[in-house]
Amino acid sequence: MNSVIFLTIVLLALSSYFFGRKKAILIQSNKRLTALPKFYGYYLAIWCGAPAFLLYALWSIFEPSIVRFFILSDYSSQGLLEGELNLFYEKVKSLSRNQYSGELTAELQRSAEKYLNFRDIAKWSKVVIVLSLLIASTGYAYTKISNNTKTREPVEIFLKGVFFLSSLAAILTTIGIIFSLLFQTIEFFQVIPLFDFVFGMHWYPAKAFVRDASEALDPSMYSDTFGAVPIFAGTFFIALIAMCVAIPIGLLSGIYMAEYASKRLRQYAKPVIEILAGIPTVVYGFFAALTVGPFLKDLGLSLGLEVSAESALAAGGVMGIMIIPFISSLSDDVITSVPQNLRDGSYAMGATKSETIKRVIFPAALPGIVGSILLGVSRAIGETMIVVMASGLAANLTLNPLESTSTITAQIVVILIGDQQFGDPKTQAAFALGLSLFIVTLVLNIVALSVVKKYREKYE
Amino acid sequence: MNKEERLIKRYKAEKRFQFYGKAAIFMALLFLVVFLTKIFSTGYTAFQKTWLVIPVNYNADLLYLDPDKKPTTEDINDADFYEFGIETFINLDPDASEDQIMELKKMFAFTFERELKYYLLDNPDSFGKTVDVKLTASDDLDQVFKGNYPRDIPENRRRASDYQLKIFDKLNEDGRVISEFNASFFTNADSREAELAGIASSFMGSLFSILVCLSIAFPVALLAAVYLEEFAPKNRFTDFIEVNINNLAAVPSIVFGLLGLGVLLAVFGLPRSTPLVGGITLSLMTLPTIIIAARASLKAVPPSIREAALAMGASRMQTTMHHTVPLALPGTLSGTIIGLAQALGETAPLILIGMVAFVNTIPGTPMDPAASLPVQIYIWAESAERGFVEKVSACIMVLLFFLIFMNLGAQLIRHKFEKKWN
Repeated sequence: MNSVIFLTIVLLALSSYFFGRKKAILIQSNKRLTALPKFYGYYLAIWCGAPAFLLYALWSIFEPSIVRFFILSDYSSQGLLEGELNLFYEKVKSLSRNQYSGELTAELQRSAEKYLNFRDIAKWSKVVIVLSLLIASTGYAYTKISNNTKTREPVEIFLKGVFFLSSLAAILTTIGIIFSLLFQTIEFFQVIPLFDFVFGMHWYPAKAFVRDASEALDPSMYSDTFGAVPIFAGTFFIALIAMCVAIPIGLLSGIYMAEYASKRLRQYAKPVIEILAGIPTVVYGFFAALTVGPFLKDLGLSLGLEVSAESALAAGGVMGIMIIPFISSLSDDVITSVPQNLRDGSYAMGATKSETIKRVIFPAALPGIVGSILLGVSRAIGETMIVVMASGLAANLTLNPLESTSTITAQIVVILIGDQQFGDPKTQAAFALGLSLFIVTLVLNIVALSVVKKYREKYE
Repeated sequence: MNKEERLIKRYKAEKRFQFYGKAAIFMALLFLVVFLTKIFSTGYTAFQKTWLVIPVNYNADLLYLDPDKKPTTEDINDADFYEFGIETFINLDPDASEDQIMELKKMFAFTFERELKYYLLDNPDSFGKTVDVKLTASDDLDQVFKGNYPRDIPENRRRASDYQLKIFDKLNEDGRVISEFNASFFTNADSREAELAGIASSFMGSLFSILVCLSIAFPVALLAAVYLEEFAPKNRFTDFIEVNINNLAAVPSIVFGLLGLGVLLAVFGLPRSTPLVGGITLSLMTLPTIIIAARASLKAVPPSIREAALAMGASRMQTTMHHTVPLALPGTLSGTIIGLAQALGETAPLILIGMVAFVNTIPGTPMDPAASLPVQIYIWAESAERGFVEKVSACIMVLLFFLIFMNLGAQLIRHKFEKKWN
């Protein structure tokens, strides 16, 4: 039904374009128009489609809650809890779809009938009201069309409005992220004290398997369950290992590309290295788990070392390889944008090329390079699949790269894979972890971007 | 240290530094080569499938059918092919004990009933005769035949027993083991059995997600970029939008998964595990990438174009829609394709919105539950069976193929259609 209404609106708007244009062309035969005939068409089409569509969208959003209000208004005086009302309403809905298999009560049956009734009324009144608005607004605009109606300006203002709304999508996404994370996190901290989360040393979310609702509200059940220190430590530890691989290789290859490489080498090697950034992370994860992990384990055995098959080293090392191109490309750009006269000055003093790089160019480019490294760190912290597949899922507090550790991202996946129950502290814990991840990466990005920006301004 | 020695030392340092640079590039390239070699060498065998060709006697008594009458399609559909299959397998080794019969059965994929039935349906003339029928081998034997399973380890650590290997070798000597192109890898949905699992369901899931993502992200991003470049007043609100876009581009993908879970599923109540939700989540993720690319190409259109149009009496909107946007479209499109390629390889957000469910049907619409290619890689990589390892690598090869294809397409559009302004 909804799609039928939608299609009707679209079709009517399209056809009113032709009516508007036709009327304008008729007027044109004896009077001068103030805009091209097609603008009269657009004008009519917008008047036809936009108000009706807006009403249709608003109606569709608010209809369910209004119907719910009417159905449940009979029971609001009985002093039921919100949860019980919700359950009752779900039963009514499934009964009306003939999918209810529980106990039938007279109340339920009456409400289901009422529900179907309301839905019917809502559906048909929606059709009638939306269509009459469409006809009214189209008729109004049609009678308004004359030789000196301004049509181009309103059409362009409307388009500009649509453009503006699109640019709000980014803000809406950010708001959506913050609200969805914050909302669940606040609920989480109502059960688990903030202090226990930030400074607790034990993380066993599996322990928080809730059997019934009364247990969920008992905080003592969760002592020693949601201490995030091992997770935060593991995250930064794996990121550290990754950066130990990525910084030397990325930085040196960036410097070589910028200062030494011939045009041909640059032309071929640069895009090939950048392929590393385009490989999906799940593929890296598979490679780390299948090849690098066992390889390190065997290597450790031959050296007499105890290496876990899911070591932090395997995950961090492969992650480092993934980050190489981010650091090498960015530092390449940064070094290339150092002005030539700095180099010329250094050569004139008799310095060799490497001395110039180390003592003149590198210090000059340092802010930009730091920015690129910070972006790399933020990538490493936010990386998920490599850790999920190659490192352990149990949160050990360790500084031994040969043991397994876990990260924020891996724990979010572990908690949320499969069926989630909203309102369960375990699920909310994942959102709390997500919020901490969001804040850390946001701060890193803002710092990195402002450092790089300042650096660019310096040499432009 | 005299002057000459110092100079030699400095030149040596120079050489060393250059060597470090070369070594770094070499390491990066070496890793890429090792990585691709590993994937291809483990994956290419998955494109072959092992069949066992065994003599089958479509005897009426064994099928409990009337021997004098040619069976109709319905008769065949109703017949019991399980017992019939077991009887057929016993013919491979008439002296087999009870346990050995079960082992014989396990040499074939569990779909042997269907395969035997469909052969008879396709070849009704073979009723009452003994014919050679091609049956899918179990993944254990498939792996043995491809050489992925060592045979020289003790029996209890092997998936294929000595008895199965004996029968298998005998069949092989008679030329009854054949290897053919594995078409079912591309046409089958996911399965718990490695020899039957295919990528059709996850491919369709990926396709639908990407289409949903494209149809949301491209228009919104293009219009947003046009607004910001051509119409937006220079004020704090515009700056705020810009900062927002830049930050969104660097938010970890898993956070978008939490957004999809917390808003799209929990608040809007959209169906779980579907490419629709996956596509919307991915579109929010690719939005900033496309906006940034579109803005860069709008910026690259020289002001003289706009001034010329304005001078001819075009309005700002006409200038933008008739001149600036068409000129910026190639750059925007190639940015869009690169954004979609990123979205195609994304796994974590899709896992969070439930696209990790086991789906053994091929989805027909974006509203049906599905996996996606990267999620399929994850699911198979977590499976214990050896047969899935080559499947994972093959699936990676398919995914990389599409990524390379998309990136080349983006390059082509950029080189062929983008105007250079000098």
